[in-house]
Amino acid sequence: MKRHSRLAAMAAGLTAALALFTGLAGAQQPALSDAEKEIERYRAMINDPMANPGFLFVDRGEVLWSQKRGTKNVSLETCDLGEGPGKLEGAYAKLPRYFKDADKVMDLEQRLLWCMKTVQDLDTADIIKRRFGNPNFTSDMQDLVGFIANKSNGMKYVPQLSHPKEQEMLAVGTALFNRRGGSQDFSCATCHGESGKRIRLQGLPDFSKPTKDARDTMGGWPTYRVSQSQLRTMQHRLWDCYRQMRHPIPEYGSDGITALTVYMVKMGEGAEITVPSIKR
Amino acid sequence: MKLFVAVALAAGMTTGAFAQTAPKADPAKVEQIVKTMFAKAGPEWASVITPDETIMTCTMTGNAPSTKQYDDILAREKKTVVMPADGNVMGDWKKGETVAQRGTGGQFTDKPDTYRGGNCYACHELAAKEVSYGTLGPSLKAYGKDRKFAADEAKTAYAKIYNSQSVLPCSQMPRFGHNKFLTEQQIKDVVAYLFDPESPVNK
Repeated sequence: MKRHSRLAAMAAGLTAALALFTGLAGAQQPALSDAEKEIERYRAMINDPMANPGFLFVDRGEVLWSQKRGTKNVSLETCDLGEGPGKLEGAYAKLPRYFKDADKVMDLEQRLLWCMKTVQDLDTADIIKRRFGNPNFTSDMQDLVGFIANKSNGMKYVPQLSHPKEQEMLAVGTALFNRRGGSQDFSCATCHGESGKRIRLQGLPDFSKPTKDARDTMGGWPTYRVSQSQLRTMQHRLWDCYRQMRHPIPEYGSDGITALTVYMVKMGEGAEITVPSIKR
Repeated sequence: MKLFVAVALAAGMTTGAFAQTAPKADPAKVEQIVKTMFAKAGPEWASVITPDETIMTCTMTGNAPSTKQYDDILAREKKTVVMPADGNVMGDWKKGETVAQRGTGGQFTDKPDTYRGGNCYACHELAAKEVSYGTLGPSLKAYGKDRKFAADEAKTAYAKIYNSQSVLPCSQMPRFGHNKFLTEQQIKDVVAYLFDPESPVNK
């Protein structure tokens, strides 16, 4: 409990720092380069692992991983995330990948849902309902992803593309990234198709080809969002992208999100994983 | 041809993009995955599931249509532009500023009656006093002044905001009127924001 209250105090401090930062940006006075320096200074300020509330989620995930649940009353410890049953080290760095038992390519969240069903016989309806945590409830998925991704820290993303279905998902992800539609005729590439562009003052990572932007982004998810007080996964990030693109709600754990993730991992190939990171 | 390349670059075509050399996906598989991903989307989202011919052409060519496709898009989209009945394209620049600043509406977390903004500043520089602007589109600073506040230029701007594809095929800009995202009055107000000599865009 002591650790939790310490983290809560840190979160409050970070929120105050964010408010201060927002105030500075809102004043519109500094020249752009100064504004960018302020953003960098803010990022450096919050990028302290000892003060990152994201680790609270990692700790909860560790408990959930070994907790006996479902009608089979077993833990997830025999779940195979691709490196063998229960093997967590480096598993995240090789996801999404093809799983023979399910005969499909899965990202971490799809795979965890699959294990909950097949290993634990857990009713996943409630898990999916709580997929994105908020002040009223925690998300098992956020906690588990935080815990498991953290076990690949210091490792590099290795896109898995040897199986034909993995290659197919990369091709589909590439198509989805560039596919325009909706009330704004937007695709992902509208905003993330060129280097050095921004929306308002927000810099946009270029995901149209392998870039440092893509590596920096992929190496830092899942991330603790200071403005939301939540550890967010790539499923949430892409849900939010589609919201801003004026597309409909993408189904959680759908193959489209996994295909996009395969594409993004390929663009971020070689990214060193340092998670949970912390962002505004 | 030279003009075509310049136009394609202006439309946002990037060189060296992964998609240009990557293996192409089976279109039927992409469609099936799109339908599954947006399985619960109602009929109001039809243009996401089945984009129209113009947008599909832009997607399939990486926003670099062939000369024939380019001409076809121009011809098709020009026909859709509905100019104000009384021929007046100039509204109220102050209201136009609100349209340019606000980026709400049309998101799946919005209500149907949420105010819909044009969000121009997300991508364009407009008034010099507003430093929080994006760079996805060209700067529109002093837009009207640079065009000597000409009436025919204002009409062209109205058409471009109404349907960008009718002026520049495979432009990245939304078709605000054609897709019924902004009202005729809102588009007129934005044209005034660009062309009124009193607008901060021209100060």
